[in-house]
Amino acid sequence: MADEKRVWALAATVCDPEVPVLTIEDLGVLRAVHVDSGSGADGAERGETPVVTVEITPTYSGCPAVDAMRDDILSTLDRAGYRDVTVRTVLTPAWTTDWMSDEGKAKLEAFGIAPPAPRGTGGRVGLGLGIRCPRCGSLHTREVSHFGSTSCKALYVCQKCGEPFDHFKAH
Amino acid sequence: MRHTDRAISTAVSAETIERELEEGLDRPPDAVARYALGLGDDALILAQRLGEWIAHAPELEEDVALGNIGLDLLGHARSFLTYAGSAWGLGEDDLAYFRDEHEFRNHQLFERPNGDFAHTIARQLFASVYFDALYRRLTSSADPTLAAIAAKALKEVEYHVDHSVQWVRRLGLGTDVSHVRMQAGLDAMWPFVDELFRPDPSAAGLEGVAVPPEELRDPFDRTVPAVIAEAGLRVPDIPAARGGGRDGMHTEAFGHLLAEMQVLVRQHPGATW
Repeated sequence: MADEKRVWALAATVCDPEVPVLTIEDLGVLRAVHVDSGSGADGAERGETPVVTVEITPTYSGCPAVDAMRDDILSTLDRAGYRDVTVRTVLTPAWTTDWMSDEGKAKLEAFGIAPPAPRGTGGRVGLGLGIRCPRCGSLHTREVSHFGSTSCKALYVCQKCGEPFDHFKAH
Repeated sequence: MRHTDRAISTAVSAETIERELEEGLDRPPDAVARYALGLGDDALILAQRLGEWIAHAPELEEDVALGNIGLDLLGHARSFLTYAGSAWGLGEDDLAYFRDEHEFRNHQLFERPNGDFAHTIARQLFASVYFDALYRRLTSSADPTLAAIAAKALKEVEYHVDHSVQWVRRLGLGTDVSHVRMQAGLDAMWPFVDELFRPDPSAAGLEGVAVPPEELRDPFDRTVPAVIAEAGLRVPDIPAARGGGRDGMHTEAFGHLLAEMQVLVRQHPGATW
């Protein structure tokens, strides 16, 4: 268990290649860590290699960042001495921005990306809630395109300060 | 150790499916694999068509939007094709790159040439509403892998529906020219709609696993004509095309699409970059 916490902490240092202020833990992409230390508690003392499985989930089905995240997890754990590591990608339950940590949302806003609002559970809401401009704080903003520089973002413009910005859309 | 309090019931993705097949697990029965192949081909071929728009769309935002939608579809295709291929010892790339026209099972709508932007938007409206209805039902499939892929895909397809609905309204209610061209787009794609709802040989006999296409006509008819009417356009009254995509029959345009999609990997086997 101590080993699992350590591996989790290491994996949690890996950042999203597209949004480098967010770790995969902040994003809710890091789902689970399993460590099999070998046969019995003294496996490590007998020089057995712990078998590590890390589970991540893609934000969107076609998200190409998953490959980069997998490589980064492998190299991070390799540097810490974990040689037998498998990174599994899981699709279910489907990722949602509700898994993003509050810390992650604060980091996003400081980085200039408007963070996602909670999705709620009542199905789709046709009403667009005001997205706050991460630069001037105005709610007087407009969606330019629902699709942005990556699958997870929409393109907005602030009608007060005139700056365009990315919004990490609630999903 | 797990993130928050949500348990992960089953693990499904292109890579996971591939690994589990090596361990002899989770391999679909042949009939399920053939059904998944058709779904994968639909998503793959439409993704390829949308990719053709990149750097050619009317505005930069649409380059990005159509590229994003295509990327989502490619993700769905990868999952379906990996799952299908696992029944036959084939990978997603074997299925995407090393089959010929008559071996693809996609509906003909998805291979229709892009035409102008309005043609593409008409195709997107029909395709997105169809996928939305299909995946909504497939989430309760008795096959857990198909259900998981559908649940993931559904969240993305909802955006695709919004995108096409907004454009149909904008073009239909826009200028005289945009109205005429949007109507022409609907007219051009309409003959290929009927095929989506015809009995599918690969879905037959898979009760509880596959979604019978006939059941999707009703949700389609409750959505699409209303969108068309709201945009001041007419539901086309044009006879259906012959169809046959699920049986490997395709239109002339399809060979050209495959040629572009497959040429690199066939001329340079094993190439990486």
